Amino acid sequence: MTIYKDVLETIRMIEKENLDIRTTTMGISLLDCFGRDHKAASERVYDKITRLASRLVETANEVGEDYGITVVNKRISVTPIALAAAESTEDWLLYAKALDSAAKAVGVDIIGGFSALVQKGCTPSDESFIEAVPYALAETDAMCSSINLGSTKSGINMDAVMKMGPMIKKTAYLTKDNNSFGCAKFVAFANAVEDNPFMAGAFHGVGEAENVINVGVSGPGVVKDALVGMEGATADEIAEKIKQTAFKITRAGQLIGREVSSRLGIPFGILDLSLAPTPAVGDSVAEILEVMGLARCGTHGSTAALAMLTDAVKKGGIMASGHVGGLSGAFIPVSEDRQMIASAEEGCLTFDKLEAMTSVCSVGLDMIAIPGDTPDDTISAMIADEAAIGVINNKTTAVRVIPVYGMKAGDKADWGGLFGASPVMEVNQFSSSAFIQRGGRIPAPVHSFKN
Amino acid sequence: MKAIITVVGKDQVGIMYRVSGILNEKHVNIEDVTQTILQDYFTMIMVVQIDETAASFHEVDEALHEMAAKQGLSIHVQKEEIFDTMHQI
Repeated sequence: MTIYKDVLETIRMIEKENLDIRTTTMGISLLDCFGRDHKAASERVYDKITRLASRLVETANEVGEDYGITVVNKRISVTPIALAAAESTEDWLLYAKALDSAAKAVGVDIIGGFSALVQKGCTPSDESFIEAVPYALAETDAMCSSINLGSTKSGINMDAVMKMGPMIKKTAYLTKDNNSFGCAKFVAFANAVEDNPFMAGAFHGVGEAENVINVGVSGPGVVKDALVGMEGATADEIAEKIKQTAFKITRAGQLIGREVSSRLGIPFGILDLSLAPTPAVGDSVAEILEVMGLARCGTHGSTAALAMLTDAVKKGGIMASGHVGGLSGAFIPVSEDRQMIASAEEGCLTFDKLEAMTSVCSVGLDMIAIPGDTPDDTISAMIADEAAIGVINNKTTAVRVIPVYGMKAGDKADWGGLFGASPVMEVNQFSSSAFIQRGGRIPAPVHSFKN
Repeated sequence: MKAIITVVGKDQVGIMYRVSGILNEKHVNIEDVTQTILQDYFTMIMVVQIDETAASFHEVDEALHEMAAKQGLSIHVQKEEIFDTMHQI
């Protein structure tokens, strides 16, 4: 029976190559919870989340057991909280704490959606939200935050970008006892997607249904092992192999996602196939590039190799699932990828090369530790650069940098668990300040006028 | 319900006996078996039918895992669907 070959291949993927379902994320709309009385509204938020997600963890674990594939993380994404239109840090903290305690009550790892969408402009309420973000991140454990600052349709909101530097630095200061960990829970986006199941950037978009199940599948180890032994193969042969492997991984995720959604009686949203590394041995995206023939991830050729990988993963995934969404591609979070950490420590992988690679990966500058004394405007300028790559190339980009309080280039910051450890990377010493302080709005690029 | 049981471990006396003993106890019918020794490692794949009125998937899974832990074997019990979905278009 041919099934035996398939069985052994699947078992090998699970046992040796770390195939898992990275996350089952329940999207919950909170639009019906908001109101003028923020205390009452935040209580409605807590009640709704705990009611709808009460069986999420248990169900995802059960389905994982039935099919023999671990569902590693169970998460929740909610409607961007900035829509609650509060006006003081005190009120925003009510919502942050409601999210955090609801996440703890239902036993999920992380909840995302303490977010704002300000790609074209900020309301006074959005401005007070941005001021509250550092406190919200410092006073919660399981809550993640994101802000969308630009889009291909609207350009880049440079007034908001200008505020990001000080906001991130403040978060770093408030969480300084924990290597500025608060910054690892915040992402600045351009072209944010509304159905992303991965953290820290997940939120439940306003165009989404009341309640959905989105699934994130990973598996860099499986892709790497599929390429081992392909010495002498041409680039197109490698691309084909990646595509086939991505197909299999996606199908596993699709099955689990549909089963979780049917057992909970909640519609299935999308499947996001993103090669997301973890600090575990053999679970690295950088290693895939090395198997392709680069001595180290970050050397010349890395952008081309990553471009091919991201594209082939998307193609395999799209064929395998009826609804592929989210970010789907390859993530390059430095601190979460063992080989990327090694390459950064050896001085091969630099900040500038990472920026180039983000123009072809599925997200952006991710989990990068930078010196604690990096000027505010330099951080804002990094975000502006990254947003420009996204806006001009019609793709999602994000920045998650951690200016680790008290650390210098070459030191090492360790956050433990899935977040890993990162050498503090050097940043450009020349000032971007006068440019950032101009504020205003970078106009939408010409290809946005397609209507 | 149809399930696939995979047993991998250092070859030793009585693996087949122990696995089938548990299956018998739980009223699980063995429909097909294949086994081989790959580099000193005993590898067995079974296609079984679980009679859920006698014992649930979870109970069978738990009993097999308990035995596997004692014997130093690696065992997987999975619904058949996963393999069809992953490997067939």
